Amino acid sequence: MAMTSSSIDEVAETPIAAFGLLRTVSYRAWIGGAAAAVAWLGVAWLTAFWPDAPDSDWEYTGHLAIVFAAVGTGLAFTTFAGLRFAAWQRAQRATPWLLALAALLGVWQAVTAKLGLLPMPFFPPPQAILAVLIDDWPRLGDGVFASLKLLARGYLVGAAAGFAVGVAIGWSRAVGYWFHPILRFVGPLPATAWLPLAFFVFPSSLSASTFLIALATGFPVAVLTWSGVAGVNSAYYDVARTLGASRWFLVVKVAIPAAMPHVFVGLFMGLGNSFAVLVVAEMLGVKSGLGWYLQWAQGWAAYANMYAALLIMALVCSGLITLLFCLRDRLLSWQKGLVRW
Amino acid sequence: MVAALAVRQEPQPDETPRRGAALEVLDISHRFKLDDRPLPVLQHISLRVGPGELVALLGPSGCGKSTLLRLVAGLDAPVSGRLLVDGATIDGPDPSRVVVFQDPTLYPWRTVRSNVALGLEARGLLRSHGARVDNALQLVGLSHFANAYPHQLSGGMAQRAALARALVNEPRLLILDEPLGKLDSLTRIAMQGELVSLWQRAGFTALLVTHDVEEALFLATRVIVLSERPARIKAEIVNDLPYPRHRGDPRLAELRHEVFTHLGLDESW
Repeated sequence: MAMTSSSIDEVAETPIAAFGLLRTVSYRAWIGGAAAAVAWLGVAWLTAFWPDAPDSDWEYTGHLAIVFAAVGTGLAFTTFAGLRFAAWQRAQRATPWLLALAALLGVWQAVTAKLGLLPMPFFPPPQAILAVLIDDWPRLGDGVFASLKLLARGYLVGAAAGFAVGVAIGWSRAVGYWFHPILRFVGPLPATAWLPLAFFVFPSSLSASTFLIALATGFPVAVLTWSGVAGVNSAYYDVARTLGASRWFLVVKVAIPAAMPHVFVGLFMGLGNSFAVLVVAEMLGVKSGLGWYLQWAQGWAAYANMYAALLIMALVCSGLITLLFCLRDRLLSWQKGLVRW
Repeated sequence: MVAALAVRQEPQPDETPRRGAALEVLDISHRFKLDDRPLPVLQHISLRVGPGELVALLGPSGCGKSTLLRLVAGLDAPVSGRLLVDGATIDGPDPSRVVVFQDPTLYPWRTVRSNVALGLEARGLLRSHGARVDNALQLVGLSHFANAYPHQLSGGMAQRAALARALVNEPRLLILDEPLGKLDSLTRIAMQGELVSLWQRAGFTALLVTHDVEEALFLATRVIVLSERPARIKAEIVNDLPYPRHRGDPRLAELRHEVFTHLGLDESW
């Protein structure tokens, strides 16, 4: 008796050795994946077969159920694949999140579309947002494109200018003498404070917005590049000088690479700032982009459109930050202990 | 000077003779400013180092040894006095006089190979003389770590890489500022032997700063004992023991006693 029970415990706790193929997979991970798949399929079932509240006509309830069911099926497949391929098992880390998301979507679905507990139109159900994504995608797509174009122009100009100013201040005492006070005095001013002036001075709202985004990006990049260049270990210069390095070599091959970790902190801060200024500029001046779309949706009390735009904006911003992280990890792979995004 | 050359054991056939530079330090004084008051660090230092010699500067810490090396390297200019290499005044850093610092100060963003190539790259010689990089890496035993980053190296390996970075430039005067000071004692003893054999093979003149009496005597042909700050030359001890030397040699013990006496430490003998 005792023998049997202990061997059962062993099978439950350790990887399943009996099946050979499944050696590295524990029951717990498998159960987690299966539970997540069942949860998503459950939300799909609930969406499809629990009738919507009376007096509501959510056209895309069926579509939403299909989306949920697709996610659930995908999870089931991933879990099954995880039994065979080690690479898939990394997805298992997300299991608790997938369960929580399914629960959240279920509750959201229940209290909005099914029970009608939350006031409309402020709290639309998920199928309303899906409807916006499906029906209004040309306008949303244009918005994303316009926003990205404006952001890229402003950010690249600002980052380049901030970098150049930072290196110059950090390197040359004369440049530092003239630029440092300006940077200290003007830099902390939020870029948005220049907005009324910029729209007045610049010939077009597009150039004004580019300027504002560049300003918001440039300040942190300049300050951090400067502090990076100023903080370079002076022994690095001594080494290069005794080896016959020119001043140009000291700047380009010593000061700038040594300052790169700081520069990237500045680029991250600048990117965050640039998002803020982009949205404000689009809301107040530029008649395109996701910020403008948000404003427009709010004006028409189209809250589902607003949520959809927010969702896309979050994806885009997060994607851009991730892109910057990838770039940094590539360029600064020599550093130990990088923060993972 | 002549004696120093004579003790060389069987010179390598490919070695160009008298590659080492002659250094003359003529009545150097130097001071820093500390809280707006002058702080004298070197007083009337004069010394000559012949081509191919390995001279150790020995003195209590903070006495100004490293300052003297910075002057020889041309990183700083003396307040008074002159420094000459082969008769020409030193007026700035030059790749023929390379410093190996106490810290390896490798650039963390460059691989070992690319760190070693630094001097050639800075002077635009990488394309024509790139082969020297691999030779130098081989010389210090780091060929297998050419693509490693500095943070992956041990202290001894990093210091070897720093040595290779200096040797790539084929210096005529190698300036060593406590290059083994931060290594553990075992690595240090091993690298002392390596330094001697590098010096014998390459034939450069070497000026070594150290506060380790045994290291100075084990390595150098001549040991110059400096006083407390402001540094003056207290004594000059010629060590004519042939290489390779043996740490247990009774002559080394005698010399050590002599140095201890000059440093005012003979009570501990």
